[in-house]
Amino acid sequence: MEKRIDAVGKQCPMPVILAKKALEETPEGGTVTVVVDNDIAVQNLSKLAVQKQYGFVSRETGKNTYEVRMTVGTADKEQTAEETGKRTDNIRERTGDTVVVLSSDKMGEGDEVLGKMLMKGFVFALTQLDQKPDRMLLFNNGAKLSCEGSDALKDLKTLEEGGTEILTCGTCLNHYGLEEQLAVGEVTNMYMIAETMMQASQIIKP
Amino acid sequence: MSEENIVFCKSGGCTAKLGPGVLEHVLSRLPKKKDDNLLIGFDHVDDAAVYRLSDDLAVVQTLDFFPPMVEDPYIFGQIAAANALSDIYAMGGTVKTALNIVCFPEKMDLNILGEILLGGNSKVQEAGGTLAGGHSIADEDVKYGLSVMGTIHPGRVYANNGVREGDILLLTKPLGVGIVLAANQMKAASAAAYEQAVNSMTTLNKYAAEILSGYEVHGCTDVTGFGFLKHLDEMIEEQYTAEIDSSQIPYIEDAARYADEFYLTAAGQRNRNSVGSDVWFSDVPFWMEEILFDPQTSGGLLAGIRPEDAQSALGKLKKLGLPCAAVGRITKRREKKILVY
Repeated sequence: MEKRIDAVGKQCPMPVILAKKALEETPEGGTVTVVVDNDIAVQNLSKLAVQKQYGFVSRETGKNTYEVRMTVGTADKEQTAEETGKRTDNIRERTGDTVVVLSSDKMGEGDEVLGKMLMKGFVFALTQLDQKPDRMLLFNNGAKLSCEGSDALKDLKTLEEGGTEILTCGTCLNHYGLEEQLAVGEVTNMYMIAETMMQASQIIKP
Repeated sequence: MSEENIVFCKSGGCTAKLGPGVLEHVLSRLPKKKDDNLLIGFDHVDDAAVYRLSDDLAVVQTLDFFPPMVEDPYIFGQIAAANALSDIYAMGGTVKTALNIVCFPEKMDLNILGEILLGGNSKVQEAGGTLAGGHSIADEDVKYGLSVMGTIHPGRVYANNGVREGDILLLTKPLGVGIVLAANQMKAASAAAYEQAVNSMTTLNKYAAEILSGYEVHGCTDVTGFGFLKHLDEMIEEQYTAEIDSSQIPYIEDAARYADEFYLTAAGQRNRNSVGSDVWFSDVPFWMEEILFDPQTSGGLLAGIRPEDAQSALGKLKKLGLPCAAVGRITKRREKKILVY
């Protein structure tokens, strides 16, 4: 079951209300596709999807044209993502962020020197990805990565310039006496860490 | 409803404002001339310009205009005027003269324009000011507002950002006006909610300002298109945090339901994008978040006053009849600029 709503030229709240009504009449698993002409309308539609737990995929199909595909029920996101994936570029899952969690300055168990080298390599590799993480959470020994003297500092700064939010645990900086040494991103607290993790669409932990 | 009325009322009011992000970007590029008598200009994020003429006299200048957000042209005129006059009150000034700003389609019934101007004039008179002229342009859509001049003592100007630790934040009108208007546009608002919104929008901030003038006001702004949180954000200096108790926020009751039904404006989302990263919400329901980002047309005053004055000032404000409350306090800077719990 598939419905299509053309909301081009319609101002908020119209696109969202039309989508909401259509989705309420759509059975489990059915989809509603809404075409809108501005990014703010896409964002308002994404709020509807988050609150009602609809699957949500949006893509920019042209200049000032956005197609938003919403799926009713258990948000069969994989399927929708896969389908739209075939239609290539500009796909944005809006339901949550990709969050990278660094809880250590070493990657993996084993030799310490190797672990630190691998972590530096991992952060560099992130800078080379097409899709960069939305946020990075650094805590415990991981907090040392964003401080002066860290091997990964340059790459973290590159990520930040590219739009990735770098958040370092304040308690950890205090514990290691590094509060004056933070060289990239912002200080965060446990509430933010917990909320960011809860709302993430995927958490990457090397 | 006639065809003409539908054209008359697009998405109007302060929701028609350019987004704060866009605006900051453009304004920051303008060269600035330094004049020591310009006490408040747009290097501040304030509501109006204040220019000192002598040691005990300054003029306050402001202008505001927008497209209609209600069908009744007389009420639209009243709302637009109350909204424009409000900037004078947010600075602590007294209204003196006002000039009409009019955009009106050549083919539209001139009686509609007459009603708009009558409505506007009624509010200028209520403010104790005089309508002294204006300027009209033929345009595709209706827009109306005022350029207002007022006076103030240069030593008693309420800057936006004068709040300090311990201050209590008072809000003098209910929030949710933008959400109710969005619902009304889709014929989903109750008569009661619409009436409460209109009553709030047509109420001059004059009376609340008069009450506040009896106290030491550390910072004051009026809550309009950028919504409660963005206007609050502009009040808070680097060393402080505003702690907001969402259970105290006055709002039009039905707006909670409309927010949950997604009668949400584009401007509300732009406000969220602009200020959302400065705000930490602790266990606040979705509808309340939306109410706090909701663009207001002719919204209330938001003022920081000393804690020992808060009860007394609030008692007097409540007698004015609109929902109002002490909504939060200023603390030393914490994790975020604004904490809402």
